[in-house]
Amino acid sequence: MGSGESDIEALLEIRNLHAGIDDTQILKGIDLSIAPGEIHAIMGRNGSGKTTAANIIMGHPDFEVEEGDVLLSGENLLDLEPWERAREGVFLSFQYPQAVPGLQVGNFLRKSVASIRGEEAAKGADFRRELNEAMDTLDIPRNFLSRYVNDGFSGGEKKRFEILQLQLLRPKLAILDETDSGLDIDGIKTVAAGVNAAIRGTESAALIITHYSRILEHVRPDKVHVLIDGRIVATGGPELATELEENGYDWIEGRVGAESVA
Amino acid sequence: MPANQEAREVVGDYKAGWHDPENSTIRFDFGLSEEVVREISALKGEPEWMTDIRVKAYQHFVERPMPTWGNTPTLESIDFDKICYFLRSSQATEKDWDDVPEDIRNTFDRLGIPEAEQKWLSGVTAQYESEAVYHSIREDLEKQGVIFLDMDSGLREHPEIIRKWFCSVVPLTDNKFAALNTAVWSGGSFIYVPKGVHVEMPVQAYFRINAKNMGQFERTLIIADEGSSIHYVEGCTAPTYSTDSLHSAVVELIALPGAHIRYSTVQNWSANVYNLVTKRGIAHEDSKIEWVDGNIGSKLTMKYPSVILKGEGSHAEVISVAYSGEGQHQDAGAKIYHLASNTTSKILSKSISKNGGRGTYRGLVKVSPKAENCKLNVVCDALILDEDSRSDTYPTMEVANPTAHCEHEASVSKVSDNQLFYLMSRGHSEEEALAMIVNGFFEPFTRELPMEYAVELNQLMALEMEGSIG
Repeated sequence: MGSGESDIEALLEIRNLHAGIDDTQILKGIDLSIAPGEIHAIMGRNGSGKTTAANIIMGHPDFEVEEGDVLLSGENLLDLEPWERAREGVFLSFQYPQAVPGLQVGNFLRKSVASIRGEEAAKGADFRRELNEAMDTLDIPRNFLSRYVNDGFSGGEKKRFEILQLQLLRPKLAILDETDSGLDIDGIKTVAAGVNAAIRGTESAALIITHYSRILEHVRPDKVHVLIDGRIVATGGPELATELEENGYDWIEGRVGAESVA
Repeated sequence: MPANQEAREVVGDYKAGWHDPENSTIRFDFGLSEEVVREISALKGEPEWMTDIRVKAYQHFVERPMPTWGNTPTLESIDFDKICYFLRSSQATEKDWDDVPEDIRNTFDRLGIPEAEQKWLSGVTAQYESEAVYHSIREDLEKQGVIFLDMDSGLREHPEIIRKWFCSVVPLTDNKFAALNTAVWSGGSFIYVPKGVHVEMPVQAYFRINAKNMGQFERTLIIADEGSSIHYVEGCTAPTYSTDSLHSAVVELIALPGAHIRYSTVQNWSANVYNLVTKRGIAHEDSKIEWVDGNIGSKLTMKYPSVILKGEGSHAEVISVAYSGEGQHQDAGAKIYHLASNTTSKILSKSISKNGGRGTYRGLVKVSPKAENCKLNVVCDALILDEDSRSDTYPTMEVANPTAHCEHEASVSKVSDNQLFYLMSRGHSEEEALAMIVNGFFEPFTRELPMEYAVELNQLMALEMEGSIG
């Protein structure tokens, strides 16, 4: 599949991705490249294909890839099952985390760390310490561990639990699917601090999918992409998010329209 | 573990399905008659009153038609003439595992019974075919006057207690299978806990069927005297054969004022065993009876642990789970009779069906007109894992006193793709993810079990989920 050395440098490389669900094409040719240590943002309205992109990278069985490649450190992800992708270092913070009644948070975290980072990482005092520290930075009380996964969690608790998993699973690539939605400003700051702690200063990368620029004030992305109707129509620095916030999606649609006419 | 692997190679996923060569010392011919009933009684050297009860029960069994409800086609397929009603495999009930015949001892070793006994039990009875082959109780409990015997020894050593309580909770005319048990019963446990004695660690009975076409009819009687408490745990397995075996037990519990009895079962018969069991307790004033009942194995189970709340302020709980896989039907539930005022009850039933398995919840809660201010809570949840499987719920509530406070919830759910995907995205294979969901569904039950049993049950369910993803 190799088109040369550039693949090797990119942590995530998406090429000409066409994908959809139930015979409806949603992504209509996406190209995206994220280098190790970078944080990118994808912004777009509801229905623009943001969540589809996240699900495709993680491997949701309902979505179908028609064309294109998704490579992690040069390796094709599309042939792998979701759990294999997770073990390769892909993490998705869900927009709607699923409840699993009866499955205790502590037990689930230990099993997930064991599965992704290996049995040794999930054992003993070191793991306990790591867990306690991560919970403290996210303001999660200890009794959280005996609750059931996402069962009866408030919106904010669900999001903080996703970030707790992000910190403990130490992925190479973290995708955050609207993790900021429904959070107040304190919640957004906590989530942003968690993302910064997990990615900044490491070789990992993050892709933040969002409607709003608020979270991007606290996690300064290296690049911002704007997704409209299954295509990336604009890419820029963090200032693009601010402009978008001030002027709205109509503004960028107008700009893109004008450019394509020109 | 190697023993389990070995067993799995032979019998697929059911890990207790091996069998030993049959070395019986006494084996009755197939089939049932009054003569067989009398012979069993004579062989055991029983008092005449017990022989009379047996014969009466046999007559009732013959006259009583098969139940006309439940899975009647499967019930009708039982051939009572092709069952062995008594099989003695060891001359004595030993107090030391070293004295138990080697084959049998090895079987219980493989099932982990002696190991569990050392670690966390107050006493153990191990029954193999018709009778107990091993029995022991911790000395300190014996000194406190706790009686824990196999039922045959119980009748020999304490006939007066047994005569007083035998058939007092489950009369011989209760149902066809209770009559059958009363006629040919052999083995089971007899427990008496004196006033105010608390047995802190559980006592356990383990029932093993080894022979083909075997009928096992253990009879258990537990009496907890005033203010005492006991936790009784039972487990059971059998080899996998192409022909059927019958397990038909009767369990009677008596909780005297202020006593607490908890009775936990993990039933894991092989899929060729009919499991038709009558379990009932009588709760006197301020006493508490809890049935914690897990049904994983068998071909057809019909079992509805019951509590008669006879004394004011008494409490009943029935927490049950049922797993029905290919060719299995778990027809289980609970029955509670609120006969006195200020009595409370709670039923929690969870069932999972898979690969064409069928789960039925059949429950009855009755409040008598005289019983004031009763509280009852019934929750039944079913989880169906594929399109071929089935779940039915028959909850009946007959409340004849308007002061009763009743709550009832029922749900049927399926495992969603999004739930699986969420767990898979955390590095868990589809089978592991399914096992997590299933074990989570059973968690309200497993947390009530002693830890060792809970772990075993989780492993058992994980094993059942293997190969279920196509």
